Formats: sequence, C-alpha cells, structure tokens
Amino acid sequence: HQQYIGKVKKAVFQTQKAGRKRVVVSTEENAIAALDLRHGEIFWRLILGVNDAIDEIDIALGKYVVTLSSGGSVLRAWNLPDGQMIWESFLLGSKPSRSLLLTPTNFGANKDNVILVYSNGCLHAVSSIDGDILWKKDLAQNGMDVQHLVHPEESDTIYTLGIGDTQFEAYVISVRNGEVLKHSNMEFPGGFSGDLLLPTSDKAVVLDSSGSTLVSISFVGGEIKFQKFQISDLQGYSGVAVLLPSKLAGMVAVKIDRSLLFAKVKAEGTLEVVDTVPGVEAVSDSLTFADGQTAFGLIQQDGGKIQLTVKSSNDWKSHFLKESIEVDQQRGLVHKIFINNYVRTDRTYGFRALIVMEDHSLLLLQQGAVVWNREDALASIIDVTTSELPVQKDGVSVAKVEHNLFEWLKGHLLKLKATLMIATPDDVAAVLQIRLQSAEKSKMTRDHNGFRKLLIVLTRAGKLFALHTGDGRIVWSRLLTTFRKSGTCESPRGLKLYQWQVPHHHALDENPSVLVVGTCGHNSDASGILSFVDAYKGEELNYLAPTRSIAQVIPLPFTDSTEQRLHLIIDAEGYGHLYPRTPEAVDIFQKELGNIYWYSVDINNNLLKGHVVKKNCKEEIADDGYCFESSDLWSVVFPSDSEKIIATSTRILSEVVHTQAKVNADQDVLYKYISKNVLFLATVTPKAMGNIGSVTPDDSWLYVYLVDTITGRVLLRMSHHGCQGPVHAVFSENWVVYHYFNLRAHRYEMSVVEIYDQSRADNKDVLKLVLGKHNLSAPVSSYARPEVMTKSQSYFFSHSVKAVAVTSTAKGITSKQLLIGTIGDQVLALDKRFLDPRRTLNPTQAEKEEGIIPLTDTLPIMPQAYVTHALKVEGLRSIITIPAKLESTTLVFAHGVDLFFTRLAPSKTYDSLTDDFNYALLLLTIVALVIAIFVTWIWSEKKELQEKWR
Amino acid sequence: MALMNRTMTILLSLISLLALCSILPSSLAFASGSSDGYTINGRVKIPGFSLEGSGLEAKASDVKVILNSGQQVTFLRPDGYFSFHNVPAGTHLIEVSTIGYFFSPVRVDVSARNPGKVQAALTENRRSLSELALEPLRDEQYYEMREPFSVMSLVKSPMGLMVGFMLVVMFLMPKLVENMDPEEIRKAQEEMRSQGVPSLSSLLPGAQRSN
Repeated sequence: HQQYIGKVKKAVFQTQKAGRKRVVVSTEENAIAALDLRHGEIFWRLILGVNDAIDEIDIALGKYVVTLSSGGSVLRAWNLPDGQMIWESFLLGSKPSRSLLLTPTNFGANKDNVILVYSNGCLHAVSSIDGDILWKKDLAQNGMDVQHLVHPEESDTIYTLGIGDTQFEAYVISVRNGEVLKHSNMEFPGGFSGDLLLPTSDKAVVLDSSGSTLVSISFVGGEIKFQKFQISDLQGYSGVAVLLPSKLAGMVAVKIDRSLLFAKVKAEGTLEVVDTVPGVEAVSDSLTFADGQTAFGLIQQDGGKIQLTVKSSNDWKSHFLKESIEVDQQRGLVHKIFINNYVRTDRTYGFRALIVMEDHSLLLLQQGAVVWNREDALASIIDVTTSELPVQKDGVSVAKVEHNLFEWLKGHLLKLKATLMIATPDDVAAVLQIRLQSAEKSKMTRDHNGFRKLLIVLTRAGKLFALHTGDGRIVWSRLLTTFRKSGTCESPRGLKLYQWQVPHHHALDENPSVLVVGTCGHNSDASGILSFVDAYKGEELNYLAPTRSIAQVIPLPFTDSTEQRLHLIIDAEGYGHLYPRTPEAVDIFQKELGNIYWYSVDINNNLLKGHVVKKNCKEEIADDGYCFESSDLWSVVFPSDSEKIIATSTRILSEVVHTQAKVNADQDVLYKYISKNVLFLATVTPKAMGNIGSVTPDDSWLYVYLVDTITGRVLLRMSHHGCQGPVHAVFSENWVVYHYFNLRAHRYEMSVVEIYDQSRADNKDVLKLVLGKHNLSAPVSSYARPEVMTKSQSYFFSHSVKAVAVTSTAKGITSKQLLIGTIGDQVLALDKRFLDPRRTLNPTQAEKEEGIIPLTDTLPIMPQAYVTHALKVEGLRSIITIPAKLESTTLVFAHGVDLFFTRLAPSKTYDSLTDDFNYALLLLTIVALVIAIFVTWIWSEKKELQEKWR
Repeated sequence: MALMNRTMTILLSLISLLALCSILPSSLAFASGSSDGYTINGRVKIPGFSLEGSGLEAKASDVKVILNSGQQVTFLRPDGYFSFHNVPAGTHLIEVSTIGYFFSPVRVDVSARNPGKVQAALTENRRSLSELALEPLRDEQYYEMREPFSVMSLVKSPMGLMVGFMLVVMFLMPKLVENMDPEEIRKAQEEMRSQGVPSLSSLLPGAQRSN
C-alpha cells in the first residue's frame, strides 16, 4: 500500500509558527494534502469528488486551509493540523467565470477575518471563522472578465479589476458591506489579449491584441491611465510575446521565444527593461518576507542540471541565492516552482524551493540539494502489465552474494545475538536491515511460486515505472521521450501497455519488453505513438512516432522466432497495420489471413460491427506490405431513440479455463459455453443516461446482450425494467456478473448470467457414446451456432461500485472470487458461489453437498472479506489480477491515487503451507517420536532379554 | 449513549455560541429551494466517536458522504453535519463511507412540489427516517481475531494428536492391559511368540506387566 497525491497545482507554505513545518498542496487528482517539509510525508490528505476540481487554495487566519473548488462554487475551510473540515459554504452565481480567492491579512481592526471570493460572476465576502456569506455583489452584467481582486494595504476598500475586449474596468468596493464606491472604465483602442498582470497594488500590466505592446494601467482612486510600451523596439525581438502569469512584485516577466524579459514597473507607470534571461523554465510568485523585502525564484535548466536563482525584486543586480542542482534526467523539465524562506541560524535568510517536474514528481530543494522527492506520477496510472523477473543464475554462491566471509559471519553473529536476546537496539536495527535486504520477497530474481514479478505501469505523465511486487519499490522509471510534448505531437497521452516480447523457450537470453501505445491528440484520427521498452532495464529500445492513428490494438495469438508477439493495429480508417515490421511476421500473418476477426463498438452511433482482415492494402495507401485491408462482416444497430450503449465487457484473453464440464449433484453434466469471442454489452434507454434521481422507474430500461463477435449472433437479450447504469461488468469463463442500479427498489443490484452449451448436453447418453453417435470429437469452431442455454439470477448489493474484477489463477482450477471496488475505496472479495444462478431458497441435500448456498435477496458483505482490510485505496480506478505460478494464489493490484498490492488465495492455500506454519513444532514432534522409538526399542530389547532368561 | 447525547448538546451550545447560524435549525433534514436546486442537510452520528479527532479509530475527517455514487462528495463538519448543495429534485442516494463502520445507503426524495420537504429511508431495511441522521448499522472488524495461544490448540494440531496418540499407547495401553485377565494376555503372548513376530506393540504390554 502506497499513498500518493498527484501532480501539484498549487502550494502554500506554512512555516511561520514553531512546530512542524508543512506545505499544503492541491493537485490534479483533486487532492488536498499537507506534506511534511522535512521528509515529504503526508500529514493528512483528502480526496475531493471527481467533479470537484480545486481552483484555489490559501491559508486563512493562520490555522485554516481555504479551498475554492467546483468552478468556484464550493468554498471549504480545513483545519490545518489535522485536515478536519471546519465549514463549507456554497456560492451561487449567475454565469460561469474564472474563480479568484483573496484572503487579506490586514483589514484594520477586527476586520481581518473576511475572505473575498469572485466566482461565477459574483463577488462574495465570506467570514473566515464560520463560512458565512457577509455580502454578495453581482458584477457580471456587462461582459467584463474580472481578473484581479486588489486590496490596498491599510484600507477598507478593494479594487476589482477586469478587462473586456477593448476596455478596462475597475470597481472600488467597500469591504464592510459590498457597496460600490466607484466604478470607472476606459476604452483602449488596440484591444487587449491575454491576462491582466498586477505587479504593484496600483498598477496593472496587460498585452495588447497585437502582442507587441505592453500596456501599463494605473488605477489609483478609480482614475485610469494607460501607458504604452513597445516591446518590438527591443533588439533581438522575434516571435510572439507572452506575459507569464507569475505574480512578481513590481515587475513583469514576458516570454519571448525561449528567453525571458523582465521589466520593472516604475512609480510613474513607465516600464523599464531590466534584463533578459535565456532558458528559463519556470518562475515562482514573489515572496515577501521580513522588513519588506521581496524575492522570487527562477529556474534555468540544462539537461539534468537545474540552476535555481532567487532574486530580489527590489534590486535586480543582487540575488539571494544561486544554486546548481543535479536532478535525475528522467524527471524532464521543471513545470512549476514555489519558494519559501526560512531563517538560518546566523540570522540570514535561506530559501527552499518546491518544484514540480514534467513527470509530476515533487522535489524540495534546499541548500543546493534535493531534500526529498515524491513520485506522484504514480497517482495517475493509465495501464498496468507485468513482467517476470530474470531467472536466478546458477553458480552464484552464498559467499558471492554476501560480500565476503567476514560480513557473512558478522551477519550470522548478529542474528544469533538477536535470537539469544542479548542484542543492543543498534544490533537489532542492523539485523532488520540485513533481513530486509536479503528478504525472500524483495529479491530481484524469479521465485518458485511466481509471487515476485515486476509491475510495469504507464502513468499520465508519460512516465513508465517498474514496481517490485515484493515491497513495492521502484526498480526503474523512465520518462519516454516519445511521450514528451514536441512540435509534432501536441498533447501526447498514453493509452495502453502490451506485452511485446515474453521470452519463453528459445529466446531466453533476451529481456522481455513491453509495447507502449499512445496518441498525440484527443480526437480519433490523431497520429499514434508506439514505443518498445525493455522490461528489465527500462531502456527505450525503439520507437515509432508519429505513426498512423490508432483505433484499436489487437494482440494476435502468434509469436515470431524471437518470441515477439504479433500485433495488429487498426487505424481510424479501418486499415490494419502489422507489427513487428519483419518479413517473418508477415509470413506468419499471411497464413492466417482471413482468420483474423475483430469487432468495434461505436458508442456515438450505437453500432456494433464485426470485421475480418482480407487482403493487403492497395498500393496508394501503403506499399510496405505490412498494411492490410479489412471488410465488415456484420453489424448490430441499436435503435438510438430507445437504446444507448453504456458498457461492454469481454473475457480477458489470457484467462485459463480448467474444465468445460460442470457436474451437478445429481450426476448431471452441464457443458459451459466457453468462447473467447463473446461480448457482453449493456444499453439503457436514453432517458436513463443521467444521474440517479433524474428519471422515473417507468422510463428506464436496462438491456443486456451477449453477442458472438465472430458471427454477430446475439446469444442473449435480457431486459431489466426500472434499472439504469452505471453498469460495471466482468466476464469470466462462461459467466458475466454485472452491477447496476434498480430504481424501483432504489438499491444497487448485481446479476449473474451463465451460458451453457446445449448441443453437447445429450452426450451424456451412454448408449450414444457406445455407438459413436456423440459429437465430442467434432471440432470446435467459432462459426458453429450451437444451442445455448442461459441461467441468470439477481441480488441486491449495498454499495456503489467503482470497479469489478475477477481473480485469475494459473490453471483455472481454484474457485473464483469477484473483487469489487466499493465506493468507499475498499476492495471486497466476494465468492462466486454467492452469484450462482442455481441458488434456491431451500437447496436439497444433494445441492448443499455441492456447495450451493441458500438464496438470499442481498449479497452478504463480511468485513473480513475486505482484501484491503482497514486501508483505503483512495480514488480507486481499477483492479488487476495476475495469476501466480502457484495454482491457489492470485496477485491483486488495485490502483487509484493510492496503490495496493496483495496476494489472494480464493480457496485458501491448499497447495502450500501457510507462512505461520510452525516448523519448530513439526521438528519437535519428529524428534520426540524418534526418541520415543529408540526408548521403547531399548526397553523392549531389555524385556525380551529378561523374558528369555526367565 | 447518554454520554454521547451530552457531548452533542455541549457541541450544539458551542456552535450556537459561535453562531454557525442558518445551517443548524431545529429540523435536521430540510431542503431549501433556490434557482438551481435544493440543499440536503443531514448529519452522521457515530456512537463513541471521537469528534475532536483524537485519532483513536476513525477521525471525522475520514468520513466521506457521497451523493449518487460520486456525483458529489462532501465531508463532515466537526459537529457531524453535512450538506449537499444544488441538488435537483428527484430521488437520490446518499452513501457514507468510513473505515470501521457499515452504513446503509439512504434514499432521499427531494420533492419539487413542496420545497422544504425531504423524505429519507434506509435502503437496507426499508426503515424510513424522520430526520436525516445517519447511524452505522454495524461496526466492521477487518481482521479476524487471532486465537490466543492455548494448550488446546497445540494438542489439536496434527502433531499434537500424534504425540497424544503415542502417549496413549505408551502409558494408557499398559494400564488397560493390566486390567485384563493375565491368563488371556499370556495366551496372546504365546500366540505371538509362536508366530515369531516380536513386534514392538505386542512386546510392550508384556514388558509393562512384568514391572
């Protein structure tokens, strides 16, 4: 179990008071967290709802953290020491606008508890003690975009500044009652572009619409004055100027090309260029500390070297700090910087900087070194795959592993001491250290039971991590170069991970590798990215970017001579592209041409389509021989006025089924209908697409389908009246379990559907078997249309569900458990026996023997069945199960903002001894038995002798 | 329970002192109409709950209240109250998620016709609530209690049984044999000897007896 927070958006330091120094951050995962400044640990953390994005964060009264979220409509105050919510207020507005938060520090006497919030076109004054709205002022009438709230020191008024298309507006508003004291506006002929900046409390700076003139605006007392400043006159000017949104005291920063231009705003309103600095990656807001000094930090970066400069904004020549820090290349560029000061022991000021990197990690820099870092990219995992660890090489003796004989002896001596309980605390720590290092579970080699693996995870930052399943440590991490922002690829984003090469028999020397698939944009025809990464070392072996668009990736069941799996990538136009691009792969593929089927689900058009690969592409599309044309085989159209596709689910391709037959208690045999090509699909009436409560039960229908994806045959159609989504489904073996909401009962329900093959049902006739009239030896074909029989049953389930998965084991013998990610971010393991359509109210004796549980209307939730026990996987998104080599055991990885990994044994560990098995007792018993045998033997010998003498 | 009531009243008085106003009226569940939607107010009561967050088991900050499976998520105020704003009229589902307690989801009807009326019912047992005060149905114990070490568990284990059986054979059997008729034993022993299989078990009782 590991806790993360996500990419930091804003940070506020709290270091004034004595006690624990902390920084409060808001993140892109909608988390608010207080972090320890010394070690980077989480003091407390809260994850808000999915739709509750945090806009602003600040500290009020020195003890509350104030957050503005949900587009500026919810203002909450949290207790700084423990994260307890103090108050919450809901701010209504007339129209959406940007959200601003101002927590003034001094409003004169007894007024220092007002928080000013501008959101949704209204200005609110909120008491910071209890969250009361003191007054409210609607400012949205004339299309003004309010961009700043200014509170001049020692006054009872605030300025509200905003710009329209061509005009600047200022309101002077009394803090006491929200009365507008003065309203002034002025046209600016050139028009504005971009954001307004506020270098001093009485002057604003903005760029005009041509992007070549800076306009400084003075608004003291409601009098507006413009002053223009041409940046195009400067030498070396080229490209477009952009104002940086950093709040610098008395200065503005303009980004031109790659360099940054700093201009000082003078008292009379003129601008003076101070300096141009090249290669600046990030600039912090300015920080005011003792005796009115202000400083700001800026970061220049050159490869793995970061140069942090903290400059005084009063005097450009001097700088407080200039440090050069080595940072791991894999972290990419610096995205954000927040600075904070502290008082050194010699009464001078020191600075610490919190920086957010391209890979979403968070670093604290202090005294020229990285004090701590957090890999918060792991809070946003997109996809997970696994890789086996390398096989342990023979011939590695103990002496080699333990550095030398002396160390080895020392270790054992320490262990001996520990067992004899004469060890000092230091010794105990050393023993623990050694034990941890050599612990069975954290070794870097493959183990006999298959518990140790590498989890390869792809994160939203485009960074790939390999986590060790033993202790969750990061084995390697790599920021993929192809997933970094570049000119050809605007917004790269990872989609999926596939196992590209799994060395098995004849390619054992090769390292396994994974295929990372991504796209450059958000629309379907954006070009794709393919990257091949070594799973042991984390090196990017090869990449193809940008390629054609990627609509679907189909891992084919063929591998080439180096065990590379063939993948067919379908682009948006329906052409298939074969990877790897070798003639050998094409040869393998050509043999199977015409046997490759796939389906596509078009949610927008309510269409389900089946496709087949037919022949090579025509010359004009691609002449490389790796492109294949496909044709449509069948399609299922759902009437869009009555049904909307909301969920689909298929079997996991790698799933293993042990037996096809299921023997009943009455010696009857049911044949499971096992096909890899069955798709579960759920549709609802369009009215039921909304949230719970928005539709009456009569208008809401839920339909479920089972469709054969080769022939397009609908195996089953079932309707649930008065039910709606969201539907979460899991498909395994011959059954589907799905979770939905029943509006009539107003409860969640889970249903199970099992499919049996009727065409084989008459095979149990012995006479037919004898006469050879059975069809057991008939080849199984995907084209066949066997008679199927379905059974289904529904049960109530108390919780909402975030994710559903099913355990998977190596051979499929072990009984299955459903893993349900509940709304409380816990993972519940529910035995499949509870979801058996053959459950009846009063099972017969025979059925009981078979393990059928009497029917109940609700599924039981046993607290002990929570896999996560008392832990939470905050923001749970997905649950992944991986079979271990040991048949009884399955590995479970759940991820959201937190990560959780455990081993599960759905039918207990029947094939191995438990960890707490008492070996000592076994040994003791054996020794006792042996002694007893000897004693009795000697005894009997003696007696026999006596008998003989008698 | 009495203790909790007292803490509640203390808290309420404390709150009235702080003038938390408008949100804490006499009726605990109510909906107030506005242009966009309604507000649902309610509270969560957990017996023996440490409201100050002394960090024994669960803190009030660990409690999440969820509307319609994630549409809105809110947290508890220190006094255990929560509210959802801007909720449209209709039937909604409120769930409380906290570690260590099981809460039944609550069905809440916000009526559009007569604003200010909220009906709530537990979906687990269909009990309707007069006020929106949510209490846990049961505590949740996530770990199975580890059985304390006892001699019985040692004896019950397979090895224990083996040892026990051995002891029975060694010490109890001779006693049993002693109670038997000596004539019979001798006969049996003679039989054994004639068979010529001096087995351990057949010799033991004889040896014991001669003592």
